[in-house]
Amino acid sequence: MSFLTLEKVSKSFGTNTVVKEFNLGVRKGEFVSFLGPSGCGKTTVLRMVAGFETPTAGAITIDGQDVTRLPANKRRIGMVFQAYALFPNMNVYDNVAFGLKISGMDKSAIDRRVKDMLDMIALGHLADRYPYQMSGGQQQRVALARALAPQPQVLLLDEPLSALDAKIRVSLREDIRNIQRELGITTVFVTHDQEEALSISDRVIVMNKGRADQIGTPAEIYNRPKTRFVAEFVGTLNMFEARVTDASTNRLSLAGRDIAVPSTNGAALTNGETITLALRPEALFMQEQQAGDIALEGRVQHFGFHGSIIRAKVAVNDQTICVDMFNQANFTMPNVGENIRLYFSPADALVLAA
Amino acid sequence: MKRFPAVSTLIVIVAALYFLVPLYATFDFSLRMERGVLSFAAYRDVFQSDTFIATLTFSAIASLVAIVLGALIIVPTAYWVRLKLPKVRPLVEFLTLLPLIIPPVVLVFGYMRIYGNDSFLPLTTTDPGTNVLLVIGYTILSLPYMFRAVDNGMAAIDIATLTEAAESLGASRMRTIRTVIFPNVRSAIMSGAFLTFSISLGEFVMASLLNRPAFGPYLVQMGQDYAYQPAALAIMAFGVTWASMALMQLFATRKPGQRLFPRIPSFTPRSVKP
Repeated sequence: MSFLTLEKVSKSFGTNTVVKEFNLGVRKGEFVSFLGPSGCGKTTVLRMVAGFETPTAGAITIDGQDVTRLPANKRRIGMVFQAYALFPNMNVYDNVAFGLKISGMDKSAIDRRVKDMLDMIALGHLADRYPYQMSGGQQQRVALARALAPQPQVLLLDEPLSALDAKIRVSLREDIRNIQRELGITTVFVTHDQEEALSISDRVIVMNKGRADQIGTPAEIYNRPKTRFVAEFVGTLNMFEARVTDASTNRLSLAGRDIAVPSTNGAALTNGETITLALRPEALFMQEQQAGDIALEGRVQHFGFHGSIIRAKVAVNDQTICVDMFNQANFTMPNVGENIRLYFSPADALVLAA
Repeated sequence: MKRFPAVSTLIVIVAALYFLVPLYATFDFSLRMERGVLSFAAYRDVFQSDTFIATLTFSAIASLVAIVLGALIIVPTAYWVRLKLPKVRPLVEFLTLLPLIIPPVVLVFGYMRIYGNDSFLPLTTTDPGTNVLLVIGYTILSLPYMFRAVDNGMAAIDIATLTEAAESLGASRMRTIRTVIFPNVRSAIMSGAFLTFSISLGEFVMASLLNRPAFGPYLVQMGQDYAYQPAALAIMAFGVTWASMALMQLFATRKPGQRLFPRIPSFTPRSVKP
């Protein structure tokens, strides 16, 4: 049974509907991420869960209680903001103790809880510091401790890593995930960064124009995108036009080659129609991997060295294909302008719905 | 090599002289009460006057009450306008500017008409009632300074997100204002407060027309009756204004957790070995 439920939730600002009949069930202790471009409605959904916005229609329940019209301060929600939002007039201790004081906890219990929280984020030695005396990463850790201190029912994270530099982002997102697992707290994370969403979530909700385009595990979202939008938004894709030659056996014609795809990804095929076939850059190889791989002829346009990855741009017919390979010491890179063959397995080809 | 900024330096010197020469002349004149010697006799004379102490105390109390009242009106208003009604901000800004446009004399005559003898609330008929009107008048005079200072203070912090952060932790709106918003705009309130104090301390029109024993009318009266004491009072009034400005600066630049004044190192006498 779902711990946090959103049922047909919609939100309009004037005539502009930003969230349309949004449905979601989050299990207790689950970590879900809303992923999508700016303006897709992901933050609005989060703010409705927090109580900062009231849905125009639909219902939100937490642990069976309808909280749709409940004020934010009565919802027992912990929230971490992109801009940290630590209280500038309070030091770290007082920031973390703020919610505990409001709950009426006695002083010694507050002391213990604040100490535990600060130990959890490894900032116990900075209890006397003020927000302006700390780095962005430290401030966001304190914001996390502050949100968790009153033991909220749900933790909401609104792009908490966006304002941090790359290295801190990676370490803090791992910390967030570890703490979340340790406490078993139901967590909703909003981000526009696909790597972030895929790396720490139990499930990812890809949002587009106020709706959930796909809800699934990170692997499902990446490997089996259900819509063209999800496929294009998550990761890089090479897209080819193919013609359906036999819909009953999923046979297609791609650049004059006959391919049988094992799955149509839920799309209904019709004989003679032109469909889009997509391939991830890492699904293309310069050597044949197994019998039955499909080969494409192309000419190398560019090689980019990215450390562990080598990214090649290859011209196939009239389009440029992106190919990713692991960097291997014994691999001889073809020269730019050289004709090569690219291989892929039909099993890796994605049929995209329009 | 950089050229010496001669023109701007000259402008600064001329402007400084324009300001400082009359001030120096007033100060010099205030010291010449006793023939042939420079002394602080005029200042002594002023301080020995009971009326000086009484009027200064009256005006100081009225100003402080006006500051508190102004802060209690302005802080929640500015907060609410920024948080919920950003579209009406230009209107509120215009309203708070009105005291600079409408002369205080108009305000006082309005008071007399509304709160006079035949009013449902005849405040002008009693001393406490008139004092209340004076304080309200000072509060209105303070609006342009107080609102701008507080509004700028709120612009410097993200009050919307801070409010949401406080609410997500269970705080009510009133508690948010009291424990989060108010302390974070305290330096802005102090700036507005010192400006208000320096303006209302020597205010003449309202105090005089409402017939209150305030410092402004006392200054004017002294100017009519004496020669050297008004110069001494003018210098002291400047001193109060400058002190207010200095304190305003001090509070405005102070960060949370910082001491108002730097810690003075304590000296432990060393034991001297024979």
